Amino acid sequence: MSIDQNTAAKVAKLARIKVEDDALPALAQEFNNILGFIEQLNEVDVEGVEPMTSVTPMRLKRREDVVTDGGMAKTVMSNAPDAREGFFAVPKVVE
Amino acid sequence: MTDLNKMTLADARNNLRAGEITSVELTEACLDAVDAADALNAFVHNTPELALEQAQAADARIAEGDAPSMCGLPLGIKDLFCTKGVPSQAASAILNGFKPEYESTVSQNLFDAGAVMLGKLNMDEFAMGSSNETSVYGDVVNPWRRENETTPLTPGGSSGGSASAVAADLCLAATGTDTGGSIRQPAAFAGITGIKPTYGRCSRWGIIAFASSLDQAGPMTKTVRDSAIMLEAMCGHDAKDSTSADIPVPNFEAMLTGDIRGKVIGIPKEYRMDGMPAEIENLWADGTAMLKDAGAEIRDITLPHTKYALPAYYVIAPAEASSNLARYDGVRYGHRATLEAGDGITEMYEKTRAEGFGPEVQRRVMIGTYVLSAGFYDAYYNRARRVRALIKKDFEDVFAAGVDAILTPATPSAAFGLGEMADADPVQMYLNDVFTVTVNLAGLPGIAIPAGLDKQGLPLGLQLIGKPWEEGDLLNTAYALENAAGYVAKPQKWW
Repeated sequence: MSIDQNTAAKVAKLARIKVEDDALPALAQEFNNILGFIEQLNEVDVEGVEPMTSVTPMRLKRREDVVTDGGMAKTVMSNAPDAREGFFAVPKVVE
Repeated sequence: MTDLNKMTLADARNNLRAGEITSVELTEACLDAVDAADALNAFVHNTPELALEQAQAADARIAEGDAPSMCGLPLGIKDLFCTKGVPSQAASAILNGFKPEYESTVSQNLFDAGAVMLGKLNMDEFAMGSSNETSVYGDVVNPWRRENETTPLTPGGSSGGSASAVAADLCLAATGTDTGGSIRQPAAFAGITGIKPTYGRCSRWGIIAFASSLDQAGPMTKTVRDSAIMLEAMCGHDAKDSTSADIPVPNFEAMLTGDIRGKVIGIPKEYRMDGMPAEIENLWADGTAMLKDAGAEIRDITLPHTKYALPAYYVIAPAEASSNLARYDGVRYGHRATLEAGDGITEMYEKTRAEGFGPEVQRRVMIGTYVLSAGFYDAYYNRARRVRALIKKDFEDVFAAGVDAILTPATPSAAFGLGEMADADPVQMYLNDVFTVTVNLAGLPGIAIPAGLDKQGLPLGLQLIGKPWEEGDLLNTAYALENAAGYVAKPQKWW
Protein backbone atom coordinates (compact mmCIF):
# COMPACT_ATOMS: atom_id res chain seq x y z
CA MET A 1 0.00 0.00 0.00
CA SER A 2 1.44 3.35 -0.97
CA ILE A 3 0.83 6.64 0.77
CA ASP A 4 0.52 9.71 -1.44
CA GLN A 5 0.83 13.34 -0.42
CA ASN A 6 -2.88 13.71 0.13
CA THR A 7 -2.93 10.80 2.55
CA ALA A 8 0.11 12.18 4.35
CA ALA A 9 -1.67 15.53 4.70
CA LYS A 10 -4.77 13.79 6.01
CA VAL A 11 -2.75 11.85 8.62
CA ALA A 12 -1.00 15.03 9.75
CA LYS A 13 -4.40 16.67 10.12
CA LEU A 14 -5.76 13.75 12.13
CA ALA A 15 -2.67 13.87 14.37
CA ARG A 16 -3.09 17.66 14.76
CA ILE A 17 0.47 18.34 13.64
CA LYS A 18 1.02 21.20 11.20
CA VAL A 19 3.10 20.04 8.23
CA GLU A 20 4.02 22.58 5.54
CA ASP A 21 3.02 21.62 2.00
CA ASP A 22 6.61 21.44 0.79
CA ALA A 23 7.42 18.86 3.51
CA LEU A 24 4.67 16.47 2.43
CA PRO A 25 6.53 14.53 -0.31
CA ALA A 26 9.38 13.61 2.05
CA LEU A 27 6.89 12.70 4.78
CA ALA A 28 4.93 10.45 2.42
CA GLN A 29 8.20 8.75 1.43
CA GLU A 30 9.11 8.13 5.09
CA PHE A 31 5.68 6.66 5.76
CA ASN A 32 6.10 4.35 2.80
CA ASN A 33 9.49 3.13 4.02
CA ILE A 34 8.16 2.37 7.48
CA LEU A 35 4.94 0.81 6.22
CA GLY A 36 6.98 -1.28 3.78
CA PHE A 37 8.85 -2.66 6.79
CA ILE A 38 5.58 -3.31 8.63
CA GLU A 39 4.11 -5.14 5.61
CA GLN A 40 6.20 -8.19 6.61
CA LEU A 41 3.48 -8.93 9.13
CA ASN A 42 1.29 -10.08 6.25
CA GLU A 43 3.49 -13.18 5.93
CA VAL A 44 2.36 -14.45 9.35
CA ASP A 45 -0.55 -16.85 9.62
CA VAL A 46 -2.70 -15.29 12.33
CA GLU A 47 -5.80 -17.35 11.64
CA GLY A 48 -7.62 -18.04 14.90
CA VAL A 49 -5.21 -15.96 17.02
CA GLU A 50 -6.84 -13.42 19.32
CA PRO A 51 -5.27 -9.94 19.33
CA MET A 52 -3.39 -9.49 22.60
CA THR A 53 -5.06 -7.11 25.02
CA SER A 54 -2.96 -7.67 28.14
CA VAL A 55 0.53 -9.09 28.24
CA THR A 56 0.18 -10.42 31.78
CA PRO A 57 -2.92 -12.46 32.48
CA MET A 58 -4.45 -10.44 35.27
CA ARG A 59 -7.79 -8.99 36.14
CA LEU A 60 -7.63 -5.26 36.49
CA LYS A 61 -8.21 -4.24 40.08
CA ARG A 62 -11.41 -2.49 40.91
CA ARG A 63 -12.17 -0.07 43.66
CA GLU A 64 -15.24 1.56 45.02
CA ASP A 65 -16.63 4.26 42.79
CA VAL A 66 -16.10 7.11 45.21
CA VAL A 67 -14.26 10.43 45.16
CA THR A 68 -10.79 9.93 46.62
CA ASP A 69 -9.12 13.19 45.74
CA GLY A 70 -9.85 16.73 44.68
CA GLY A 71 -10.09 20.35 45.76
CA MET A 72 -6.76 21.29 44.25
CA ALA A 73 -7.65 23.47 41.29
CA LYS A 74 -4.62 25.66 41.84
CA THR A 75 -2.25 22.71 41.76
CA VAL A 76 -3.91 21.34 38.64
CA MET A 77 -3.59 24.70 36.87
CA SER A 78 -0.05 25.45 38.02
CA ASN A 79 1.60 24.38 34.75
CA ALA A 80 -1.00 25.81 32.35
CA PRO A 81 0.28 28.12 29.60
CA ASP A 82 -2.80 30.32 30.10
CA ALA A 83 -4.96 29.93 33.20
CA ARG A 84 -7.49 32.53 34.24
CA GLU A 85 -9.88 32.62 37.17
CA GLY A 86 -9.64 28.90 37.73
CA PHE A 87 -10.07 27.96 34.07
CA PHE A 88 -7.78 26.85 31.26
CA ALA A 89 -8.00 29.60 28.63
CA VAL A 90 -8.02 28.69 24.92
CA PRO A 91 -8.84 30.57 21.70
CA LYS A 92 -12.53 31.06 21.02
CA VAL A 93 -14.17 27.72 20.18
CA VAL A 94 -17.81 28.72 19.71
CA GLU A 95 -18.95 31.82 17.80
CA MET B 1 38.85 8.22 50.98
CA THR B 2 39.09 9.22 47.32
CA ASP B 3 36.90 8.54 44.33
CA LEU B 4 33.77 7.81 46.36
CA ASN B 5 31.72 8.32 43.20
CA LYS B 6 33.32 5.21 41.70
CA MET B 7 31.79 2.93 44.34
CA THR B 8 29.11 0.37 43.68
CA LEU B 9 25.79 0.68 45.49
CA ALA B 10 26.64 -2.38 47.59
CA ASP B 11 30.07 -1.10 48.69
CA ALA B 12 28.77 2.39 49.42
CA ARG B 13 25.86 0.97 51.39
CA ASN B 14 28.17 -1.21 53.47
CA ASN B 15 30.60 1.66 54.09
CA LEU B 16 27.76 3.99 55.06
CA ARG B 17 26.34 1.49 57.50
CA ALA B 18 29.78 0.87 58.97
CA GLY B 19 30.24 4.62 59.45
CA GLU B 20 33.33 4.67 57.20
CA ILE B 21 31.84 7.38 54.98
CA THR B 22 28.87 9.74 55.06
CA SER B 23 26.21 10.25 52.47
CA VAL B 24 27.14 13.94 52.31
CA GLU B 25 30.72 13.02 51.36
CA LEU B 26 29.49 10.53 48.80
CA THR B 27 26.99 12.98 47.36
CA GLU B 28 29.56 15.79 47.16
CA ALA B 29 31.94 13.49 45.30
CA CYS B 30 29.21 12.72 42.77
CA LEU B 31 28.17 16.38 42.42
CA ASP B 32 31.81 17.27 41.68
CA ALA B 33 31.97 14.50 39.07
CA VAL B 34 28.73 15.77 37.51
CA ASP B 35 30.07 19.35 37.39
CA ALA B 36 33.22 18.18 35.64
CA ALA B 37 31.35 16.15 33.01
CA ASP B 38 29.49 18.75 30.96
CA ALA B 39 31.11 17.26 27.84
CA LEU B 40 28.99 14.12 28.26
CA ASN B 41 25.71 16.09 28.45
CA ALA B 42 24.25 13.33 30.63
CA PHE B 43 22.76 15.44 33.44
CA VAL B 44 20.32 18.08 32.20
CA HIS B 45 18.64 19.38 35.35
CA ASN B 46 20.93 19.30 38.38
CA THR B 47 19.45 19.29 41.87
CA PRO B 48 22.49 19.75 44.16
CA GLU B 49 20.55 21.44 46.95
CA LEU B 50 17.94 18.72 47.08
CA ALA B 51 20.71 16.11 46.93
CA LEU B 52 22.58 17.54 49.91
CA GLU B 53 19.36 17.90 51.88
CA GLN B 54 18.50 14.25 51.18
CA ALA B 55 22.08 13.20 52.01
CA GLN B 56 21.93 14.95 55.38
CA ALA B 57 18.61 13.29 56.13
CA ALA B 58 20.10 9.93 55.13
CA ASP B 59 23.10 10.44 57.41
CA ALA B 60 20.72 11.21 60.26
CA ARG B 61 18.74 8.04 59.56
CA ILE B 62 21.89 5.94 59.44
CA ALA B 63 23.08 7.47 62.72
CA GLU B 64 19.80 6.39 64.29
CA GLY B 65 20.32 2.85 63.03
CA ASP B 66 17.53 3.15 60.46
CA ALA B 67 19.27 2.48 57.17
CA PRO B 68 16.95 1.11 54.47
CA SER B 69 18.42 -0.47 51.34
CA MET B 70 19.17 2.69 49.33
CA CYS B 71 19.88 4.97 52.28
CA GLY B 72 22.26 7.76 51.33
CA LEU B 73 23.03 6.42 47.83
CA PRO B 74 23.22 9.13 45.12
CA LEU B 75 21.33 8.38 41.90
CA GLY B 76 20.51 10.02 38.59
CA ILE B 77 16.87 9.97 37.53
CA LYS B 78 15.85 9.74 33.88
CA ASP B 79 13.96 12.83 32.71
CA LEU B 80 10.93 10.61 31.91
CA PHE B 81 10.14 10.31 35.64
CA CYS B 82 8.00 13.06 37.10
CA THR B 83 9.81 14.49 40.11
CA LYS B 84 7.97 16.97 42.27
CA GLY B 85 9.03 20.57 41.73
CA VAL B 86 11.93 19.53 39.46
CA PRO B 87 11.73 19.96 35.66
CA SER B 88 10.51 16.73 34.04
CA GLN B 89 10.11 17.08 30.33
CA ALA B 90 10.92 13.76 28.65
CA ALA B 91 13.65 15.62 26.74
CA SER B 92 10.91 17.33 24.72
CA ALA B 93 10.34 20.99 23.92
CA ILE B 94 6.62 20.41 24.35
CA LEU B 95 7.11 20.00 28.10
CA ASN B 96 9.36 23.02 28.41
CA GLY B 97 9.06 24.47 31.89
CA PHE B 98 6.89 21.63 33.19
CA LYS B 99 7.38 21.06 36.92
CA PRO B 100 5.22 18.22 38.21
CA GLU B 101 3.15 18.76 41.33
CA TYR B 102 3.63 15.09 42.19
CA GLU B 103 6.30 12.40 42.44
CA SER B 104 6.38 9.23 40.32
CA THR B 105 5.83 6.07 42.34
CA VAL B 106 9.23 4.62 41.40
CA SER B 107 11.18 7.74 42.42
CA GLN B 108 9.07 7.98 45.59
CA ASN B 109 9.87 4.33 46.38
CA LEU B 110 13.57 5.09 45.96
CA PHE B 111 13.33 8.18 48.18
CA ASP B 112 11.43 6.18 50.79
CA ALA B 113 14.33 3.72 50.70
CA GLY B 114 16.66 6.64 51.45
CA ALA B 115 18.06 7.38 47.98
CA VAL B 116 19.53 10.77 47.03
CA MET B 117 18.69 12.43 43.68
CA LEU B 118 21.56 14.28 41.99
CA GLY B 119 19.46 15.47 39.06
CA LYS B 120 17.63 14.51 35.91
CA LEU B 121 19.23 12.59 33.08
CA ASN B 122 19.15 13.17 29.35
CA MET B 123 17.32 10.73 27.07
CA ASP B 124 15.75 10.46 23.62
CA GLU B 125 12.64 12.61 23.27
CA PHE B 126 9.71 10.72 24.82
CA ALA B 127 12.05 7.68 24.94
CA MET B 128 11.79 7.37 21.14
CA GLY B 129 15.25 6.62 19.83
CA SER B 130 18.21 4.29 20.08
CA SER B 131 21.09 6.78 20.06
CA ASN B 132 20.06 9.68 22.30
CA GLU B 133 20.13 12.00 19.30
CA THR B 134 16.45 13.02 19.42
CA SER B 135 16.71 14.94 22.72
CA VAL B 136 15.83 18.62 22.96
CA TYR B 137 18.87 18.93 25.26
CA GLY B 138 21.22 17.69 22.53
CA ASP B 139 23.14 14.43 22.13
CA VAL B 140 24.57 12.50 25.06
CA VAL B 141 28.17 11.40 24.55
CA ASN B 142 29.37 7.94 25.54
CA PRO B 143 32.37 8.06 27.91
CA TRP B 144 33.80 5.20 25.85
CA ARG B 145 35.88 5.98 22.76
CA ARG B 146 37.39 3.71 20.14
CA GLU B 147 41.08 3.11 20.75
CA ASN B 148 43.25 5.99 19.52
CA GLU B 149 40.21 7.91 18.31
CA THR B 150 38.29 10.91 19.58
CA THR B 151 35.11 10.34 17.53
CA PRO B 152 32.17 10.97 19.87
CA LEU B 153 30.08 7.80 20.20
CA THR B 154 26.45 7.33 21.12
CA PRO B 155 25.67 5.87 24.55
CA GLY B 156 22.61 4.27 22.95
CA GLY B 157 19.05 5.16 23.81
CA SER B 158 16.64 6.00 24.97
CA SER B 159 18.21 5.87 28.48
CA GLY B 160 21.47 7.28 27.08
CA GLY B 161 22.03 9.84 29.83
CA SER B 162 21.57 7.12 32.45
CA ALA B 163 24.09 4.82 30.72
CA SER B 164 26.65 7.56 30.21
CA ALA B 165 26.34 8.86 33.78
CA VAL B 166 26.74 5.43 35.39
CA ALA B 167 29.62 4.39 33.10
CA ALA B 168 31.43 7.68 33.83
CA ASP B 169 30.88 7.33 37.62
CA LEU B 170 28.84 10.54 37.86
CA CYS B 171 26.34 8.67 40.02
CA LEU B 172 26.32 5.26 41.67
CA ALA B 173 23.33 4.11 39.63
CA ALA B 174 20.44 5.53 37.63
CA THR B 175 16.84 4.82 36.73
CA GLY B 176 15.99 3.90 33.17
CA THR B 177 12.89 2.91 31.27
CA ASP B 178 12.58 0.29 28.57
CA THR B 179 9.86 0.14 25.90
CA GLY B 180 11.79 -1.73 23.19
CA GLY B 181 15.29 -2.03 24.65
CA SER B 182 15.89 1.43 26.11
CA ILE B 183 17.60 0.11 29.26
CA ARG B 184 19.41 -2.89 27.81
CA GLN B 185 20.80 -1.41 24.57
CA PRO B 186 22.40 1.66 26.24
CA ALA B 187 23.66 -0.53 29.10
CA ALA B 188 25.43 -2.71 26.52
CA PHE B 189 26.84 0.32 24.66
CA ALA B 190 28.25 1.79 27.88
CA GLY B 191 29.53 -1.39 29.53
CA ILE B 192 27.11 -1.40 32.46
CA THR B 193 24.28 -3.61 33.72
CA GLY B 194 20.59 -2.88 33.18
CA ILE B 195 17.46 -4.90 33.87
CA LYS B 196 13.94 -4.47 32.56
CA PRO B 197 11.66 -6.34 34.95
CA THR B 198 8.46 -8.21 34.11
CA TYR B 199 5.68 -5.93 32.86
CA GLY B 200 3.77 -4.89 35.99
CA ARG B 201 6.69 -5.14 38.46
CA CYS B 202 7.34 -1.39 38.58
CA SER B 203 4.50 1.07 38.76
CA ARG B 204 4.22 3.26 35.67
CA TRP B 205 2.46 5.99 37.63
CA GLY B 206 4.19 9.33 37.12
CA ILE B 207 6.42 8.04 34.33
CA ILE B 208 5.67 10.04 31.20
CA ALA B 209 3.94 7.50 28.95
CA PHE B 210 5.25 6.34 25.58
CA ALA B 211 3.64 2.94 24.86
CA SER B 212 1.78 1.88 27.96
CA SER B 213 1.55 -1.85 27.21
CA LEU B 214 5.35 -2.04 26.79
CA ASP B 215 6.86 0.60 29.14
CA GLN B 216 8.69 -0.62 32.25
CA ALA B 217 11.16 1.11 34.55
CA GLY B 218 14.33 -0.56 35.78
CA PRO B 219 17.75 0.13 37.29
CA MET B 220 21.00 0.83 35.41
CA THR B 221 23.95 -0.04 37.59
CA LYS B 222 27.62 -1.02 37.74
CA THR B 223 27.02 -4.63 38.81
CA VAL B 224 24.35 -7.32 38.93
CA ARG B 225 24.27 -7.09 42.73
CA ASP B 226 23.52 -3.38 42.47
CA SER B 227 20.70 -4.11 40.02
CA ALA B 228 19.23 -6.58 42.52
CA ILE B 229 19.38 -4.04 45.35
CA MET B 230 17.92 -1.16 43.36
CA LEU B 231 15.26 -3.16 41.52
CA GLU B 232 13.84 -4.38 44.81
CA ALA B 233 13.56 -0.79 46.02
CA MET B 234 11.83 0.33 42.80
CA CYS B 235 9.25 -2.49 42.59
CA GLY B 236 6.01 -3.08 44.37
CA HIS B 237 2.27 -2.90 43.95
CA ASP B 238 0.76 0.52 43.41
CA ALA B 239 -2.95 1.17 43.43
CA LYS B 240 -2.35 4.15 41.14
CA ASP B 241 -1.31 1.88 38.24
CA SER B 242 -4.02 -0.63 37.36
CA THR B 243 -1.45 -2.85 35.58
CA SER B 244 0.85 -2.96 38.61
CA ALA B 245 1.14 -6.52 39.92
CA ASP B 246 -0.07 -7.21 43.43
CA ILE B 247 2.45 -9.91 44.23
CA PRO B 248 5.25 -9.93 46.80
CA VAL B 249 8.67 -8.57 45.84
CA PRO B 250 11.37 -11.02 46.93
CA ASN B 251 14.74 -10.06 48.37
CA PHE B 252 16.56 -10.23 45.05
CA GLU B 253 20.00 -9.72 46.53
CA ALA B 254 19.58 -12.73 48.80
CA MET B 255 18.96 -14.86 45.71
CA LEU B 256 22.44 -14.16 44.30
CA THR B 257 24.15 -17.42 45.12
CA GLY B 258 25.97 -17.76 41.81
CA ASP B 259 24.88 -21.40 41.74
CA ILE B 260 23.22 -22.21 38.43
CA ARG B 261 23.91 -25.93 38.32
CA GLY B 262 21.16 -27.78 36.50
CA LYS B 263 19.57 -24.62 35.08
CA VAL B 264 18.56 -24.93 31.44
CA ILE B 265 19.75 -22.08 29.21
CA GLY B 266 18.15 -21.73 25.78
CA ILE B 267 20.10 -20.49 22.76
CA PRO B 268 17.61 -19.27 20.13
CA LYS B 269 18.75 -19.90 16.58
CA GLU B 270 16.68 -16.99 15.23
CA TYR B 271 18.98 -14.51 17.00
CA ARG B 272 21.85 -15.52 14.73
CA MET B 273 21.44 -12.76 12.16
CA ASP B 274 22.92 -12.39 8.70
CA GLY B 275 25.75 -9.90 8.76
CA MET B 276 26.19 -10.08 12.53
CA PRO B 277 29.79 -9.09 13.41
CA ALA B 278 32.00 -12.07 14.25
CA GLU B 279 32.87 -10.44 17.57
CA ILE B 280 29.24 -10.53 18.69
CA GLU B 281 28.95 -14.11 17.52
CA ASN B 282 32.10 -15.03 19.49
CA LEU B 283 30.94 -13.19 22.60
CA TRP B 284 27.70 -15.11 22.49
CA ALA B 285 29.56 -18.41 22.13
CA ASP B 286 31.88 -17.46 25.00
CA GLY B 287 28.93 -16.58 27.21
CA THR B 288 27.29 -19.90 26.38
CA ALA B 289 30.49 -21.75 27.32
CA MET B 290 30.74 -19.84 30.61
CA LEU B 291 27.21 -20.79 31.63
CA LYS B 292 27.94 -24.41 30.67
CA ASP B 293 31.13 -24.39 32.74
CA ALA B 294 29.10 -23.05 35.66
CA GLY B 295 26.97 -26.17 35.48
CA ALA B 296 24.04 -25.09 33.34
CA GLU B 297 22.59 -27.26 30.61
CA ILE B 298 22.71 -25.58 27.20
CA ARG B 299 19.82 -26.25 24.85
CA ASP B 300 19.23 -25.06 21.28
CA ILE B 301 15.76 -23.57 21.03
CA THR B 302 13.58 -21.92 18.44
CA LEU B 303 11.50 -18.75 18.76
CA PRO B 304 9.97 -18.84 15.30
CA HIS B 305 8.26 -15.44 15.23
CA THR B 306 11.34 -13.43 16.25
CA LYS B 307 11.65 -11.87 12.79
CA TYR B 308 8.24 -10.25 13.15
CA ALA B 309 8.88 -8.62 16.52
CA LEU B 310 10.28 -5.34 15.19
CA PRO B 311 7.55 -4.78 12.57
CA ALA B 312 4.89 -5.62 15.20
CA TYR B 313 6.56 -3.23 17.62
CA TYR B 314 6.56 -0.44 15.03
CA VAL B 315 2.79 -0.74 14.77
CA ILE B 316 1.93 -1.19 18.45
CA ALA B 317 4.34 1.34 20.00
CA PRO B 318 3.46 4.22 17.61
CA ALA B 319 -0.25 3.41 17.95
CA GLU B 320 -0.06 3.69 21.72
CA ALA B 321 2.18 6.74 21.47
CA SER B 322 -0.25 8.56 19.18
CA SER B 323 -2.93 8.01 21.79
CA ASN B 324 -0.75 8.85 24.81
CA LEU B 325 0.77 11.95 23.25
CA ALA B 326 -2.62 13.37 22.27
CA ARG B 327 -2.58 15.02 25.71
CA TYR B 328 0.08 17.53 24.59
CA ASP B 329 -2.26 20.11 23.17
CA GLY B 330 -0.95 23.35 24.64
CA VAL B 331 -3.85 23.67 27.08
CA ARG B 332 -2.97 22.14 30.45
CA TYR B 333 0.83 22.15 30.61
CA GLY B 334 3.97 22.73 28.64
CA HIS B 335 4.48 24.65 25.44
CA ARG B 336 1.79 26.59 23.57
CA ALA B 337 2.55 28.13 20.17
CA THR B 338 2.19 31.87 19.69
CA LEU B 339 -0.93 32.33 17.62
CA GLU B 340 -1.71 34.75 14.85
CA ALA B 341 -4.85 36.86 14.61
CA GLY B 342 -7.73 34.67 13.52
CA ASP B 343 -6.14 31.39 14.63
CA GLY B 344 -8.64 29.09 16.32
CA ILE B 345 -8.19 26.13 18.61
CA THR B 346 -7.29 23.73 15.78
CA GLU B 347 -4.45 26.00 14.67
CA MET B 348 -3.35 26.18 18.29
CA TYR B 349 -3.14 22.38 18.52
CA GLU B 350 -1.42 21.98 15.16
CA LYS B 351 1.17 24.71 15.65
CA THR B 352 1.86 23.73 19.26
CA ARG B 353 2.49 20.10 18.35
CA ALA B 354 4.55 20.97 15.25
CA GLU B 355 6.78 23.25 17.35
CA GLY B 356 6.90 21.06 20.45
CA PHE B 357 7.53 17.60 19.01
CA GLY B 358 10.81 16.74 17.27
CA PRO B 359 10.89 14.92 13.92
CA GLU B 360 11.10 11.34 15.27
CA VAL B 361 8.21 11.91 17.69
CA GLN B 362 6.11 13.50 14.94
CA ARG B 363 6.89 10.58 12.65
CA ARG B 364 5.82 7.99 15.22
CA VAL B 365 2.69 9.86 16.27
CA MET B 366 1.62 10.09 12.63
CA ILE B 367 2.43 6.42 11.89
CA GLY B 368 0.38 5.53 14.96
CA THR B 369 -2.46 7.74 13.81
CA TYR B 370 -2.39 6.06 10.40
CA VAL B 371 -2.40 2.45 11.67
CA LEU B 372 -5.31 3.27 13.99
CA SER B 373 -7.33 5.17 11.39
CA ALA B 374 -10.57 3.89 9.94
CA GLY B 375 -9.98 1.23 7.32
CA PHE B 376 -6.47 0.31 8.52
CA TYR B 377 -7.09 -0.66 12.14
CA ASP B 378 -7.62 -4.34 11.34
CA ALA B 379 -4.95 -4.59 8.68
CA TYR B 380 -2.21 -3.06 10.83
CA TYR B 381 -3.06 -2.69 14.50
CA ASN B 382 -5.10 -5.84 15.07
CA ARG B 383 -2.72 -7.90 12.94
CA ALA B 384 0.24 -6.63 14.99
CA ARG B 385 -1.54 -7.55 18.22
CA ARG B 386 -2.15 -11.06 16.86
CA VAL B 387 1.52 -11.41 15.95
CA ARG B 388 2.38 -10.16 19.43
CA ALA B 389 0.32 -13.00 20.90
CA LEU B 390 2.34 -15.46 18.77
CA ILE B 391 5.65 -13.94 19.90
CA LYS B 392 4.60 -14.35 23.50
CA LYS B 393 3.55 -17.94 22.81
CA ASP B 394 7.01 -18.70 21.37
CA PHE B 395 8.48 -17.89 24.78
CA GLU B 396 5.76 -19.71 26.72
CA ASP B 397 6.41 -22.89 24.71
CA VAL B 398 10.13 -22.73 25.42
CA PHE B 399 9.65 -22.12 29.14
CA ALA B 400 7.05 -24.89 29.32
CA ALA B 401 9.63 -27.25 27.82
CA GLY B 402 11.91 -26.62 30.80
CA VAL B 403 14.08 -23.69 29.75
CA ASP B 404 14.93 -21.40 32.70
CA ALA B 405 16.55 -18.51 30.83
CA ILE B 406 17.56 -17.53 27.31
CA LEU B 407 20.96 -16.14 26.33
CA THR B 408 21.29 -13.74 23.38
CA PRO B 409 23.52 -10.86 22.33
CA ALA B 410 22.23 -7.54 23.72
CA THR B 411 22.82 -5.51 20.55
CA PRO B 412 23.79 -6.21 16.93
CA SER B 413 26.89 -3.96 17.20
CA ALA B 414 29.04 -1.95 19.59
CA ALA B 415 28.32 1.78 20.11
CA PHE B 416 28.39 3.71 16.83
CA GLY B 417 29.40 7.30 16.16
CA LEU B 418 27.01 10.16 16.87
CA GLY B 419 25.64 11.37 13.55
CA GLU B 420 26.69 8.18 11.75
CA MET B 421 23.09 7.16 11.25
CA ALA B 422 21.88 10.66 10.33
CA ASP B 423 21.31 9.82 6.67
CA ALA B 424 20.07 6.31 7.30
CA ASP B 425 16.47 5.27 6.87
CA PRO B 426 14.61 5.36 10.25
CA VAL B 427 14.17 1.60 9.88
CA GLN B 428 17.97 1.13 10.06
CA MET B 429 17.98 2.82 13.46
CA TYR B 430 15.09 0.63 14.59
CA LEU B 431 17.23 -2.48 13.97
CA ASN B 432 19.28 -1.61 17.07
CA ASP B 433 16.49 -3.09 19.14
CA VAL B 434 16.23 -6.35 17.23
CA PHE B 435 17.39 -8.51 20.17
CA THR B 436 15.59 -6.62 22.93
CA VAL B 437 12.16 -5.78 21.55
CA THR B 438 10.76 -9.33 21.74
CA VAL B 439 11.10 -9.16 25.51
CA ASN B 440 8.86 -6.09 25.78
CA LEU B 441 6.26 -7.59 23.46
CA ALA B 442 6.15 -10.71 25.65
CA GLY B 443 6.24 -8.73 28.92
CA LEU B 444 9.26 -10.70 30.19
CA PRO B 445 12.22 -9.67 32.35
CA GLY B 446 15.50 -9.13 30.49
CA ILE B 447 18.94 -8.10 31.68
CA ALA B 448 21.98 -6.86 29.78
CA ILE B 449 25.43 -7.30 31.28
CA PRO B 450 28.83 -6.32 29.90
CA ALA B 451 30.79 -9.37 28.82
CA GLY B 452 33.78 -8.21 26.80
CA LEU B 453 35.41 -5.61 24.57
CA ASP B 454 35.57 -5.52 20.78
CA LYS B 455 38.83 -5.07 18.88
CA GLN B 456 38.43 -1.29 19.04
CA GLY B 457 38.15 -1.48 22.80
CA LEU B 458 34.39 -0.88 23.08
CA PRO B 459 32.18 -2.83 25.47
CA LEU B 460 29.82 -5.54 24.23
CA GLY B 461 26.88 -6.92 26.17
CA LEU B 462 24.95 -10.15 26.50
CA GLN B 463 21.27 -10.42 27.32
CA LEU B 464 19.54 -12.97 29.50
CA ILE B 465 15.76 -13.33 29.25
CA GLY B 466 13.83 -14.88 32.13
CA LYS B 467 10.40 -16.20 33.00
CA PRO B 468 7.66 -13.80 34.13
CA TRP B 469 8.14 -12.71 37.78
CA GLU B 470 11.37 -14.70 38.06
CA GLU B 471 13.70 -11.70 38.22
CA GLY B 472 15.47 -13.23 41.22
CA ASP B 473 16.42 -16.35 39.29
CA LEU B 474 17.34 -14.25 36.25
CA LEU B 475 19.57 -11.98 38.33
CA ASN B 476 21.28 -15.04 39.81
CA THR B 477 22.02 -16.43 36.34
CA ALA B 478 23.34 -13.00 35.32
CA TYR B 479 25.44 -12.98 38.49
CA ALA B 480 27.01 -16.32 37.55
CA LEU B 481 27.72 -15.00 34.05
CA GLU B 482 29.16 -11.77 35.47
CA ASN B 483 31.50 -13.78 37.73
CA ALA B 484 32.64 -15.95 34.85
CA ALA B 485 33.08 -13.09 32.37
CA GLY B 486 35.15 -11.09 34.88
CA TYR B 487 34.46 -7.86 33.04
CA VAL B 488 36.18 -4.95 34.82
CA ALA B 489 37.00 -2.48 32.01
CA LYS B 490 36.24 1.20 32.49
CA PRO B 491 36.37 4.06 29.99
CA GLN B 492 39.52 6.19 30.14
CA LYS B 493 38.67 9.64 31.44
CA TRP B 494 38.90 12.30 28.69
CA TRP B 495 35.99 14.57 29.66
